[in-house]
Formats: sequence, structure tokens, C-alpha cells
Amino acid sequence: MSTTQEQEVGAARRRKEDAHLITGQTTWTDNIQLPGTVHAALLRSPMAHARIRVDVSAARDEPGVVAAYSGADLADELAGLPSAWQVTPDWVAPEHKPLAVDEARYAGDAIAVVVADTRAHAVDALDAIEVDYEPLPVVLDMEQAMADGSPLVHTDAGTNVCFRYADTFGDLDAAFADAPVRIRRRFVQQRLVACAMEPRSVLVAPVPAAGEYTVWSSTQIPHFVRLFLAMLSGVPESRIRVIAPDVGGGFGSKLDIYAEELLAFTLAKKLGRPVKWTETRSEAFQATVHGRDQIQDLELAADADGRIRGLRVDLLADMGAYLQLLTPAIPLLGRAMFPGIYKMDAYRFGCVGVFTDKTPTDAYRGAGRPEATFAIERMLDELAAELHVDPLEMRRRNWIGHEEFPYTQIAGLTYDSGNYEAATARATELFDYDGLRAEQARRREEHDPVQLGIGVSTYTEMCGLAPSRWLGERGYAGGGWEAATVRVLPTGKVEAVIGTSPHGQGHVTTFSQLVADTLGVPFDDVEVIHGDTAAAPAGLDTYGSRSLAVGGVAVWRAAQRVLGKAKTLAAHLLEVSEDDLEFSGGNFAVRGTPGAAKSIQEVAFAAFAAHSMPDGMEPTLSADFVLEPDDFSFPHGTHLCAVEVDTETGRVEIRSYVAVDDVGKVVNPMIVEGQVHGGLAQGIAQALHEVARYDADGNLTTGTMVDYTPPTAADLPSFVLDRTETPSTTNPLGVKGVGEAGTIASTPAVVNAVVDALRPFGVVDVPMPCTPENVWRALHEAQGGAA
Amino acid sequence: MTRISVSVDGTEAVDEIEPRTLLVQYLREQRGRTGTPVGCDTSNCGACTVLVDGRAVKSCALLAVQADGAEVTTIQGLANGELHPMQKAFHEHHALQCGYCTPGMIMAAVDLVGEVADPSEQQVREGLEGNLCRCTGYQNIVAAVRDAAAEMRGAS
Ligand code: FES
Ligand code: FES
Repeated sequence: MSTTQEQEVGAARRRKEDAHLITGQTTWTDNIQLPGTVHAALLRSPMAHARIRVDVSAARDEPGVVAAYSGADLADELAGLPSAWQVTPDWVAPEHKPLAVDEARYAGDAIAVVVADTRAHAVDALDAIEVDYEPLPVVLDMEQAMADGSPLVHTDAGTNVCFRYADTFGDLDAAFADAPVRIRRRFVQQRLVACAMEPRSVLVAPVPAAGEYTVWSSTQIPHFVRLFLAMLSGVPESRIRVIAPDVGGGFGSKLDIYAEELLAFTLAKKLGRPVKWTETRSEAFQATVHGRDQIQDLELAADADGRIRGLRVDLLADMGAYLQLLTPAIPLLGRAMFPGIYKMDAYRFGCVGVFTDKTPTDAYRGAGRPEATFAIERMLDELAAELHVDPLEMRRRNWIGHEEFPYTQIAGLTYDSGNYEAATARATELFDYDGLRAEQARRREEHDPVQLGIGVSTYTEMCGLAPSRWLGERGYAGGGWEAATVRVLPTGKVEAVIGTSPHGQGHVTTFSQLVADTLGVPFDDVEVIHGDTAAAPAGLDTYGSRSLAVGGVAVWRAAQRVLGKAKTLAAHLLEVSEDDLEFSGGNFAVRGTPGAAKSIQEVAFAAFAAHSMPDGMEPTLSADFVLEPDDFSFPHGTHLCAVEVDTETGRVEIRSYVAVDDVGKVVNPMIVEGQVHGGLAQGIAQALHEVARYDADGNLTTGTMVDYTPPTAADLPSFVLDRTETPSTTNPLGVKGVGEAGTIASTPAVVNAVVDALRPFGVVDVPMPCTPENVWRALHEAQGGAA
Repeated sequence: MTRISVSVDGTEAVDEIEPRTLLVQYLREQRGRTGTPVGCDTSNCGACTVLVDGRAVKSCALLAVQADGAEVTTIQGLANGELHPMQKAFHEHHALQCGYCTPGMIMAAVDLVGEVADPSEQQVREGLEGNLCRCTGYQNIVAAVRDAAAEMRGAS
């Protein structure tokens, strides 16, 4: 292998992760088979709200059954599930047992468990469980839930309101008083399902004599799972090892502590043998957290030329029936993002969290920021339409100029860097903005039944969760740092141990590139170790586009430390001063003395042998770094979408989509593009395809892939992508994060395009998803027809 | 119990199975071919796609007894000493992220290219409609399949 280095950072390296994934040599949790394993199956309430009396005794006599328990049977042994983010001092956080004890509060709430020798036997035996369901009144609609006399999800709480939160920045009354333009809109962020392709799965293997446990879980957060299993079970953390093996996608839905994890752990402890549970897709639709689900009331005040004066935001956010790990915090993560990239004099944000008899909500790709971005980007288009100004021009009048960075926006966030003009210029060029506007005008004039719409989204978002102090001030129980260890082994091969836990993002490749460049070693010589609390004990895992912006910086810092130590040792071995050394291509060379050099591999061996070390230097070449992020980073971009809308059928077709993103410095452009593609698909899915719908009794009626309709290859177009680059100044790598950008940007781009197509017909909004039915109704209503 | 004889990735075996066993369960639990994953319980996601006598089949939509006497190829039997062109193209085009859909996607794509040697973008998109991917947005999958098709045409 050559030791001369190509620059790794910036190269479209093919992924190291792929080899085992394309050959089926995978370790999904459900693949793991341990001797003596028993399988758990859960009985779930078919009713959205009912008093329950559960008798499992008959199930115990079924073939192969090892044990069966109701929620009441385990009430003393099973702690309540955690919610880690207390958003207000007086929030309502009702107890959430892994198995409901006397009331089921959503269709899918688990009420009993059977453990058997095979999965089939466990599932069969569920039929033998006897349950008395006494139906209770169901409340599904947030506004009804808040009304006096509403049925209560949690009777003891005395209210369906989880919390009320409000913040005002600037003089709102002054901003709105006498404003020549005031626009009000209500947008509904429909409920979504993450649909990671791998259903959740957990396997817990105990060593009863030692009181030790190994847990495999399809999770984004092995470190949190370990912490909470310890806290909830009383088993010392040091005796619990959690492994996130191959994990098939998460998108926020596996950023949680789930009932089944605690249940499998408790059962393994009780029964003294491995317990496995794997969710069916039908269960996943009901029992894995949902996302979004907000009603957004907005009012915007502007001058006659469209300059924004003030913005008022009032949200109702559906918690579902219980609080999961971050449920109440999700809408509040959007709190500072409603102002988007725009300057304004005043801003108010209010949010009420509401319980309903539905599956709990929690993080879903973007978590609070897509909702905020959708609202402000839709409002900018409405403002443009009101004043008959081009939507791009309206944004120009209001956005932060590139010369104004760093800029502290109205909600107090300091945007460190960006160039909205550059991204927009590039996007309009790639899109042929003027050409498409001309075609739109032509079609309008010709009364073409298929109208063309153009949608704009000039988004920003906050990445790199998060400065620990910021989290603490907002009621989050944990921190936002990230940890890494880098070690050069005696053979010169390198291990990077990371605290983030990938599930498709390509950390192994990206971090190999970072380390290879820093240490001057070949890309293939770097191994990345992750997702196992025994091998990578410190870390706060993967979510919120933090893995590179926080975790990557930790890896880079650790590698820098290794390099510093290597340099000191090299100088010692070469008997020169460190200042005489030059480092390049993995070699420490003495300046001006040809041939006097030590490679980093030689230094690593010397550090291992430790025959001659500088005074006080510890043997081996290894360093840790725990990075506390200075601030967030703020990717941004301009997305333009053209849709064709058939005004006779309501059918929407994406004709072209251009995304120009500024995610700061890029380590691997191929991986970045992949993240954008996938993000766009999920954002477009919200705009056009997906909704988790309930009937009046609280049954999820979109509980299969056929009914929920996640987009197939045939539903999506090819995207045109490009990037502009303003490095972040909040971290030394200049990176910003890209995991959620595509999802955040695309939903408003598409809906703005749909509304734009229909504006001549008087349409000012189309509810999501913009299915043919919703489009047709919006058209009909706008034209005075009763739909 | 029923007796079946199935060749899986070139290895013949005779097994006693419960008649209700799905092919995918048989492959995973009795034959240890866990490279083929399960993504749903309604035969909609395509993650479990394998080749049965050379044609793509959702192995959760078939009883194992229906595969009696058949030759099954899973993702684990596709590479023949070296990677299949479809596997190579998926790697080259970054057509996978988490990789959970990948075994099924690759097997469905192999079948597609067997039917249509030079598929257009639209033909690939429609041909893979039965296989869901939640990570990639499909764009790189489409590119990979078309590229592999070209490679396979050249090779034959
Ligand atoms: S597992 Fe989903 S189609 Fe077979
Ligand atoms: S790569 Fe994750 S589902 Fe396709």
C-alpha cells in the first residue's frame, strides 16, 4: 500500500460499510440466535381507550409457553418509561408502564406478554388470553381534548394539557399595530410514521450467576438504552452491555427507550434465559412512535413592500397518549426556527402540548424544525402572493445578507455563517427559473387543464445537538457532548472509537477519511468501532444531524492529540527538537536533514515497546477527547420544485426538483448527496403521500405499507443537486450537518409549488398530503363549490 | 410436519417443517440464511425478495412447501467467487444506506434486468415498485441498476 496520501477529506470514497450489506453477511438483531432463547409476543389493546381486566392463566397452558404476564402481574417489577426532557416546571407527565395495568390509552397499547419456545407459539398463545374491555370515551382531536368536559386520556391528571409554553421576542404589539399587511394561516402538520425498513427488535441475554446482561437492540441510542435500563431495573450500569448491531434505519423512531426493551430485560432477568422480541410491521405502525402532528396558527405582519415586522406562532402539538423519551420537546425544538432566515422586529412562539388517545409522538427526521420551516416558508409565499411579488424577490427583501454574518436572529440564535444569495443564484440557474415562469404564464393564459406550479424553499436549520448548557437551561436531563478515542496500534493500524451510533449514515467511511488525513495513514488502515457500550463506552449517540458536527469534531480532536504525542515521541527518538520536525504523508522528517525521519507507524511501535520514552510520557499511542460543542451549526439552502397539477383529477406530478445546499465543509460528497436524496424523499412523502389517519374510534386506518403509501421508486423523480459552501465557524472542521436538511427543505418547496399552480383558481392552501383528493377539494372549495 | 427438499444457494437439504412455515422463515430459521430480512407482514416491502428457480419472489408471500423441489438463490448465494455486477453497482453508486432493503432490492433488480436487458429509468422505477427503500430516495438505486444492466449486457 502506498504511503503517499491523496487528500481523503472531500473525496467520494466508496463505503466500507457496503461489503457485508450487499452480500447478506449482516447482523440485524433478529438474525442473532442464541441457545435457549425464548420469544416474547405482546397482546395489544384493539381499543383506543378502555378499562381492562386481563387474565393470562389460560395462555400458560398453551404449547411451548414458558410464561405469561399481564400488566397487573408485573406492575411492581416494571418501572415507568422515561421522558427525559421536562419542558416546563409544571408539565404533566403521567406514568407510562411498559404494559398497561388497568387502562389502555391507544390502539396498540401493550397489555400482556407471552413468552414461548418459538415466536409462533408465543403469538398463538396470545389468543388464549382473556381480556374484559370496558370502553371509555375516546378523544382524538387536540382542540376537543382541550375543551371543557372533554374525556380525559389520563383521568388522574385532570387535564389533557401536557404543558403550555410561550416566549416573546421584541415588541410584538408595535410590530403588529398598523401593519399594512397582515396574513393569517392555519397549517396542519399531519401525523407521520417513520417506517424505518428494519422493524424494531431486542434480544437480552443474561448471565444469571454473574448478574450480567448483554442487550442487542435495533436502536439509535445504545448508550441511553444502557443508562435507562440500569436506572429503571436497578441493575448496575457496569453489568449491562448494550449493542446496536446492524441497524436498518431509524429517522428518529429508534431514538427512544421502548416498552419492549425494558420488558425483554425484565423477563430475561426473571426467567434467567435469553429473551427476544421482534416487532411485526403491523405492530410497528401502532407501537413505534409517530412524528409531527401539529396544528399551527400563524400571523405575519409586514410593511407594504413586504418587509416582515412580526410573526406570531401558536402551536397545538399532539403528544399522543404518553410521553416517550423526548415527546414534549419535539415541537419546542422548532421554537427558534420559525423565523427561518428572515429578519424581523418581533416574534412570539406559543405551544400547547396535548394528550390524545393515539400512539405517542416523538422525533421524526428533523424533529420540530421541519414543522417550523414549513410554516415560515409557506408564509413567505403567501406574503409574496398577497403583494404580487415574486416569491424569490420577497425572500431577498427579508433574508439576512451574506455580509451580515454572524447574525443573531430574533429568537436569539446566532447564525454563524451562510450565503443565501449564492445558493439561490445557483439554484435558479440550474432550475431555469425564468423559463419555467414563462411556461407557467403560458399555461395559465391557455387555461391548460394541467397547470404548472413553482415552489420555493429557502430554509435553514440548526444542527449539532447541542451545547450541554443550552440543553440544561431548557430542562433536558442529559448533555450534548460527544466522545472519541483514536489509537495507533503496534502494527500501525488505527482504531477510532466513536460515541455516535450509525444506522445507515456511513460513519465508518466518513470518520476513516477524517482520521486518515489527520494521521497521514491509508484510509483502509482505519477501523471505526461503534455501537457497543463495551467497546465504545462513552457517547451520546446519533440524532439531530450531530454525528459529524459534534462526533466528527471529537474524532478529529482525538486524532490531533495522538499526532501531538507522536510528534513529541518522534522528536525524542530522532534526538531533535519538535520544532525541527515537519509532518506530512504520515512521516515526521527532520527539516534540512534528508533521511532523518520516523513514520507514524514506527512511532506507534516505539510507543508500544516503550523502550525509550520522554520523561513522563505514558506508553502506547492513544488519546481520548470529549468534545463539548460551542454552538449549533446552521446549514441552509435553496430548493426549487416544479409540479404539474391536473386540475381535473387533482393529480400532482413533480416535474423537476433542484436542491442547492450549503452544509459547510464536506468530508464525503457521495454520502452527503445520499443523505439529501433520502431526506428529499421523506419530505416529499409528507407533502404528497403520507398520513397516519385514525377513524372516529381511534383505530389507525393507515396501519400497513399499502395504506400508508410510503413512496416507491415510481413515485419519485430524479433530483438535481449542487452545493455552495460557507464553512461553519462554530467548529474547527467547518462542517454543519446534513442528515435532516433534505426533509426540512422539501416539504414546503413541494406544497408551495402545488399552491402556486392553483393560485389563479383562488386556492391559498392545500392540506397535506396533497393527494388528488385533497387537491381536488381545495380547488372545489376555492371555487365556491361544497366539497 | 411436512417434508420438503429445497436447494438454497446451491446446497440441497431435506427438512421437516410445519406446513404454515413461510419460505422466508424457513430460510432464516431453518437454513440459517439470515441475509434475507423481513420488513413487513403484508408482502408489501420486498425486503425478503429471493430468486426461486431464477425468478424474483417475495419469500414472505410463499409457503416453504411451495418451494419443495425448487432452487432458491438468496443474496448470500448471488456472488459467484466474485461479486455479482448488481452488487458491485450498488456499492459503486452508493445505492444503499442502512442496507436493510438491499438484499431484496438487488434480487429484484437482477430479475428485472433478466427480463429487460436495457431498462430505461422509468422501467427501473416501475420494475422495482414492489421494493421499498426508506433511506436512499431511489435515485442511486436506479443508477446502479442501469449501470449493472450495461455491465451484464457487455459480459454476455
Ligand atoms: S417481508 Fe415485506 S414483502 Fe416480504
Ligand atoms: S438502504 Fe435503508 S431502506 Fe434502503
